[in-house]
Amino acid sequence: MTPLLHLSGLTKAYPGVVANDNVGFEIAPGEVHALLGENGAGKSTLVKMIYGLVRPDSGEMRLHGQVFAPHEPREARASGVAMVFQHFSLFEALSVAENIALGMDDAPETDALSDEIRSVSKKYGLTLDPDRMVGDLSAGERQRVEIVRCLLQNPKLLVMDEPTSVLTPQEVDVLFETLRRLRDEGTSILYISHKLEEIRTICDNATILRLGKVVGTCVPAEETSRTMAEMMVGTELKSPTKRPYKPGRVLLDVKNLQLPSKDPFGTSLRDVSFSLHAGEVLGVAGVAGNGQDELLLALSGEELTEDAAITLKGIAIGSKGPNHRRLQGLLAAPEERLGHAAAPDMSLTENALLTGHARQRLTNKGFVKWQATENFARAIIQRFDVRTPGASHAAKSLSGGNLQKFVIGREIMQRPDVLVVNQPTWGVDASAAAFIREALLELAEQGAGVLVISQDLDELMEISDTFAVLAEGRLSRVRSASGVTIEEIGLLMGGTEVDHAAA
Amino acid sequence: MDLSSISPVTLIVSLMAASTPILLAALGELVVEKSGVLNLGVEGMMIIGAVCGFIAAVTTGSPWLGFLFGAICGAAVSMIFAVLTQYLMANQVATGLGLTMFGLGLASLLGHSYTGINPPAFSQIHIPVLSDLPVVGRIVFGHDPMIYFSLALTFAIWYFLTRTRGGLVLRAVGESHDAAHALGYKVIRIRMLAIAFGGACAGLGGAYLSLVRVPQWAEGMTAGAGWIALAIVVFASWKPGRAIIGAYLFGGVTVLQLNLQAAGLAISPAYLSMTPYLATIIVLVIMASDKKRQSLNAPASLGKTFFAST
Repeated sequence: MTPLLHLSGLTKAYPGVVANDNVGFEIAPGEVHALLGENGAGKSTLVKMIYGLVRPDSGEMRLHGQVFAPHEPREARASGVAMVFQHFSLFEALSVAENIALGMDDAPETDALSDEIRSVSKKYGLTLDPDRMVGDLSAGERQRVEIVRCLLQNPKLLVMDEPTSVLTPQEVDVLFETLRRLRDEGTSILYISHKLEEIRTICDNATILRLGKVVGTCVPAEETSRTMAEMMVGTELKSPTKRPYKPGRVLLDVKNLQLPSKDPFGTSLRDVSFSLHAGEVLGVAGVAGNGQDELLLALSGEELTEDAAITLKGIAIGSKGPNHRRLQGLLAAPEERLGHAAAPDMSLTENALLTGHARQRLTNKGFVKWQATENFARAIIQRFDVRTPGASHAAKSLSGGNLQKFVIGREIMQRPDVLVVNQPTWGVDASAAAFIREALLELAEQGAGVLVISQDLDELMEISDTFAVLAEGRLSRVRSASGVTIEEIGLLMGGTEVDHAAA
Repeated sequence: MDLSSISPVTLIVSLMAASTPILLAALGELVVEKSGVLNLGVEGMMIIGAVCGFIAAVTTGSPWLGFLFGAICGAAVSMIFAVLTQYLMANQVATGLGLTMFGLGLASLLGHSYTGINPPAFSQIHIPVLSDLPVVGRIVFGHDPMIYFSLALTFAIWYFLTRTRGGLVLRAVGESHDAAHALGYKVIRIRMLAIAFGGACAGLGGAYLSLVRVPQWAEGMTAGAGWIALAIVVFASWKPGRAIIGAYLFGGVTVLQLNLQAAGLAISPAYLSMTPYLATIIVLVIMASDKKRQSLNAPASLGKTFFAST
């Protein structure tokens, strides 16, 4: 049988980096093919070539045996290739139907399109209202918009880039159900992910990329997650060893914290209460947009609340700003690395100064002590294995994983009593993620309280001692992390959305 | 003071004429901003349109050619802005301000020998019977063709933005240029066209000012009308229908204060002349207090430089 898509010798170089080096594999009709690799392995570049956004320097693609060289996405779509993007492809202020029309080359009239959307979404079990504004939809619903947009064009090959990174476990099940139905109808799927369990569940074959090269192929069902991860990373992975948890004294006490959100699409915090003890790693799970950002802002001191709402080591600090809290021992690392945790155009030394100056005494009567600051930055780089030519390089020149190591390292090196981190390993490659988790555990072992807000359940299960879920701005009861199942957490995370998705 | 000297009908008729240049410029800027570009050079493009339209009308004797040439010149100077910001990635705010100053200077140079000349007359339409009706006749059927054109243009822009695929693509580009690019739309090309359209509208508004509203050429005659047009786009929360309300409100206050001056109101004319601008500021402050609604309507990529990374 001729393969649906055959790639051979694809090479694409950018200044200073070869993103794809002689990549080749093939996808049969009705096959779910996984493309596996760490961030920066070249998955995105490869996909962009297939979708016509980037042209290869050399190599050949064949679709149904015919030479396939799309110059733009329109051409790729016309040939039956559709793509569900990870980010950047929906318009929040437009309706579902408008968003879908924008992704089609010959969109019918609005009413006819709305009817089509309803019938396709019904057929594949993807509940969707064409008239709603995309900005009001949950992450799972937004993804359905993208999928329906693709399905309306009867694709032969559906490319999915990290489709589950924003979904609850129940939403993932719904998605997989849809994908299986599509596969049975003969649609091929190219599934890009670094989540190994998912790949084992859904994919027939896998191609593994590392540093732009194909380093192996496998049948995921016959492998374990560990063997695939090691192929992906190229070295053996060590998983952090969990130590027994003995709660110490209460370090951070939050009582009835209320915080109205300032973002029109944000979530207000309602009545959040919890205590964090010395030596505890408290994991806060939840789907993005349920108040995670607001919780971090309230704890870091960027948003002020009533004094009594937040107590640190017995002192009320709810109305105190970030520097005051830092001096008292409460440090935070927000989710967005570029622009929030670090200033992109400033050097690592300057970035080290930004949060470190108060606690590390890096200023003297308003003057910066550059030598001390640079030493501090160097110490972070060395201890946290940040790969960069030097402390004078701009934060934005670092890869995601390296910058994240720097950002987390900068806070840990200040020896906090309480550290709050939001999405510490989001978009970070597997080895850097393991390193960061290890560092957080070590910090807790030394007697600090660590609050980890994350959407990655596997991560939370791995490192948390205690566990709570943030849904629609409310925090669930804190419970012990041992004995909690993924299903239970998923139900808490989804809230009402779960019934909706299953319907 | 004699308030009875102010006739409501005359007031309405003249406020429409006073508002039309601002309305035209505001409509153009609205389309530009919907595509995600903030062009602060409206004042400069308007005055270029005013002087070029005036020169063409005086030279050819045809006000129609004047309007046409004013629009073409407005679009032409807007292309300076477009190339600088879209291809050379210049900062939009700084470039827009530069365009305003450049336009004001160039217009004084071009118009130097045209001060004190009367342009060819651009008369009001006259429909037998209808135009002679009392009150209604003058308010509905007694204007010059450009006023009807500006109203038709408002409707056309509303229709384009909300009902056509082209309008949807334009809004999408203004909402998220990265997403539009990922779907294969030509962000830069769409924005170039929008900027040119905005320039043509501003030029047309300027030409109306020098050919109908004043009608003379005088240095700096736009007197901030371009800035008011920018304010009206915000006031209208990027909706063409509301731009009419904004423009007519401003025009109304302008005409009213002139009438009050003529009627001999015992306030210094200097204060009365300030009222349209004060009214604009007050309305903008009130609008800005409702942040949530405004941020929902504002194009999310407004003023951001687009750089295709792939």
